[in-house]
Amino acid sequence: MPTPRIIIKDHTAEANLFARRSVIALLVVLVMMAMVVSNLYYLQVTRFEDYRTRSNGNRIKVLPVAPNRGLIYDRNGILLAENRPVYSLEVIPEKIENLDEVIAELQALLNLDADDVEEFYQDLKRQRRFKPVSLRNRLSPEEVAIFAAHQHHFPGVSVEARLARHYIYGDALTHVLGYVAKINKRDLQKLAEAGQEANYAATYDIGKLGIEKYHEELLHGEVGYQEVEVNSQGRIIRTLDFSPPIPGKDLVLNIDIKLQLEAQRAFGGERGSVVAIDPRDGGVLALYSSPSYDPNLFVHGISSKAYNKLLNSKDRPLINRATQGQYPPASTVKPHLALIGLEEDIITPETRLYDIGKYQLKNVERVWRDHNPWGHGWVNVTKAIEVSCDIFFYDLAYKLGIDRISESMSAFGFGDYTGIDLHEEADGLMPSRGEIRALFNRAWYIGDTINIGIGQSYWTTTPVQLGQATTTLINKGRRIIPQILRGNMLDTGMVADPLKERRPLDVKNVHNWDVVLDAMYGTVNRDHGTAHKAFLRAPYISAGKSGTAQLITIAQDEKYDAKKIAEEHRDNAMYIGYAPYDKPQIAITVVVENAGHGGSEAAPIARTMMDYYFKDQVFPKHQVIESPQVSNRRSANQSGANTEVNVASTQVEPNMAITQGE
Amino acid sequence: MLRTKFSTDNTSLLHRVHCDGLLLLGLFALMAVGLVTVYSAGGQDLGLIQRQLTRLGLALAVMIAVAQVPPTAYRKLAPYFYIVGVLMLVGVLAIGVIGKGAQRWLDLVFFRFQPSEIMKLAVPMMIAWYISRFNLPPKIRHILAGFILVGIPTLLIAKQPDLGTSLLIASSGIFGLFLAGMSWRFITMVAIAASAFTPIMWFFLMQDYQKQRVLTFLNPESDPLGSGYHIIQSQIAIGSGGLEGKGWMQGTQSQLEFLPERHTDFIFAVFSEEFGLWGVLGLLAIYAFIVIRGMMIAVNAQEAFSKILAGSITLTFFVYVFVNMGMVSGILPVVGVPLPLVSYGGTSMVTLLAGFGILMSIGTQKRLLSR
Repeated sequence: MPTPRIIIKDHTAEANLFARRSVIALLVVLVMMAMVVSNLYYLQVTRFEDYRTRSNGNRIKVLPVAPNRGLIYDRNGILLAENRPVYSLEVIPEKIENLDEVIAELQALLNLDADDVEEFYQDLKRQRRFKPVSLRNRLSPEEVAIFAAHQHHFPGVSVEARLARHYIYGDALTHVLGYVAKINKRDLQKLAEAGQEANYAATYDIGKLGIEKYHEELLHGEVGYQEVEVNSQGRIIRTLDFSPPIPGKDLVLNIDIKLQLEAQRAFGGERGSVVAIDPRDGGVLALYSSPSYDPNLFVHGISSKAYNKLLNSKDRPLINRATQGQYPPASTVKPHLALIGLEEDIITPETRLYDIGKYQLKNVERVWRDHNPWGHGWVNVTKAIEVSCDIFFYDLAYKLGIDRISESMSAFGFGDYTGIDLHEEADGLMPSRGEIRALFNRAWYIGDTINIGIGQSYWTTTPVQLGQATTTLINKGRRIIPQILRGNMLDTGMVADPLKERRPLDVKNVHNWDVVLDAMYGTVNRDHGTAHKAFLRAPYISAGKSGTAQLITIAQDEKYDAKKIAEEHRDNAMYIGYAPYDKPQIAITVVVENAGHGGSEAAPIARTMMDYYFKDQVFPKHQVIESPQVSNRRSANQSGANTEVNVASTQVEPNMAITQGE
Repeated sequence: MLRTKFSTDNTSLLHRVHCDGLLLLGLFALMAVGLVTVYSAGGQDLGLIQRQLTRLGLALAVMIAVAQVPPTAYRKLAPYFYIVGVLMLVGVLAIGVIGKGAQRWLDLVFFRFQPSEIMKLAVPMMIAWYISRFNLPPKIRHILAGFILVGIPTLLIAKQPDLGTSLLIASSGIFGLFLAGMSWRFITMVAIAASAFTPIMWFFLMQDYQKQRVLTFLNPESDPLGSGYHIIQSQIAIGSGGLEGKGWMQGTQSQLEFLPERHTDFIFAVFSEEFGLWGVLGLLAIYAFIVIRGMMIAVNAQEAFSKILAGSITLTFFVYVFVNMGMVSGILPVVGVPLPLVSYGGTSMVTLLAGFGILMSIGTQKRLLSR
């Protein structure tokens, strides 16, 4: 059958075929729709929680908010350290097309230093492109105003404000307050070890020195969090939640800033330090190390040039002399030694010897001299302290022996950290046989013991240690740890921290304290006392002890002549003193390096400070109490015993003493 | 049944301008959804809405104009459309303008013009014209000839390269052949051949960026900030919408700009985020309604040409929907296909509505006597 030329269509069959195919196509469409729906069901129902979390993760960022650092006040509520807003010019490199051009324009507009620009380009290399780099750290208000007027020309450049520490009294308190500075890598490591990283997430500075470092935990506070919604560019759209940071505690120090300033004035740039302690509670009223430096320099990053100048200065301003300076205590420890002599029954208050200006042991060639070449004549313990007789203490030390001295002086706190709330503290050295062997690989000689009697030899102490030992004397054995921190400032007022004490020093005879303290009274108030001149006509009654520390050994027959000796080898002038004598409120320790005699160079500083401290107090006119020795003489028969010491008799058996000592 | 219910009283005016009321209802519903979503996704920019409205108006005008032409005219014109279209595609490859990294545009002095858009209609018309000349079901050799007719423009457009459009054009032609009654045996053979062809396509025909898209599709998390970013953010948007959605203009993924191409190709993610699964089901219902209505027009058409053309236009429309939703929700690789009548802008909108114009012409212009 030939194929017809004209195709005859079977319309019904075609329509049926098409309808079948259409139904199939529609079914396929429905199946595909079901696929889409089942996939959407999987995304929107099955995995809803997961995607909701990721969606929130996209848009919600938790930003740490730095707590405000606690303020620091002096004991009278005067502000010492505050937080001030500082403005820095921040540049986001990523947002700027022609960086060099923009920087040049900014440099012209704000008169930027070439140093700033150079530093900026150095920082730029280290930073990621989208992070801000600071172009200038401290903008003056004028510069902020100038930039604000031109800000629209500089997209990607902004002025950022934050709070930075400011030390109102500058260099007067550096060695007390210390300073804060930018958190560095080492700080971060320490924070990580302490699990404090998160707490410092928004914090810029951390305490590096002094109270700022020691009480960092109190001052810092706790970080807060801001939950914000950001868009895909990271721009903050709105704040969703805010848990505010807990600001650091406001601290009140024992420091009396006016007394501190008085101390700074009294030093007038001379090298040395002073520590003033309230013996009643161990509060550090003043602590000044001279020369000092401006801590505010460090807050904003000191230039390496300025830092090297401080570091290499001959005067070593970076060292806290009051707590880190280790000096031979010299004669300032004679009261302490005398107390031990009395306690150990080596001497009695009446024991006396005749001082001819020399001290010699039998069969020992060496001669120990008194600072007074003619000697002081008859001296008992009281006069020995008052006139600072060396011979008496050579003999006492010789008889006590190094072991007893070492043990008892350690009990006073010599050679150990006081526990003052500063990390910058040295422990000094209270020598003992073992320690000298360990440190210098050398035996202990009898000559060393004799030098210990006048606070020389290997014996070193820090001013704060000496101050603590003085308060121990004043408090008759009660040992209060000196503290700079007084308490917290709350809205309701100051809440003081409790005293910190160590195990008290026990004595067999309480009267022995009175003997020693009376001698210190005599040092200031009796005519022959070494500090008599320094405190002449003071309205209050004070007591004290001077010291003159030899820094180089003078050959036996040579005379000490300050003018012939290089300045750095001249004697250190030292003084410990307290007032009022009957109810002590302040104990002051002064060291003036290479200044000469303690009585004439160090005591006046203590006098200036006490005069200031007591300027508002009225004291009754007082009659000098006569030396108990005099009264003893008058009633010599009462005791009856002959307590005079024959110096010659002690000189007989030096070798025995050595063997006994060992 | 639906038709009789509405057509008696409601469509008298519409019929005079050859508009199908139900189809128009579905299209208006989609446009409304589109405008609402574009407003939210485009950052509440009224200018955007204005431009979209202008474009919709223009496209609707084109649709009505197209609907006035009787289907017989289209049948006669089909081969000429096709030949002119293919010539223009060749022209694009020779002298076309490069835009967005692909050579798709022909600069006709007054306006730029994408010949591939013409082919979206010319190919199904050509297939319907060609295949309806024979007794249906078609013979194998006619099917093969039909494949060649589809293949030429498909390859030319793929060469531009425009994978999405070439895919749509290929499917529109193949739908025509399928509806015409392509035998199941042949379909099976083609399926087997296609799967054998896949490696050849991968290694010899696909461009690097196309391969990258496929790889990213297979594992978007492999490059979360690069090529996988789109699909990850899109899935997060959809998934975080949940059942009920975050609410209109409350979608954080879109409002905070984590989602790229929010008001164009990825608008479905915005819709899903803000209106949830319930909203999506509603949107799908509108699409299903339009597809069903289109298929009813096709089934009720008088001639094979009209049936096949109406059917393939309708099914191609669904392919748009499926490909877009599939790529946005991560079950298909990312190809640049907008969500029809919802996505903002595009020349495709005019072509789409012109297609619906043809559907309406087929649905409303019937000769009283069938041949």
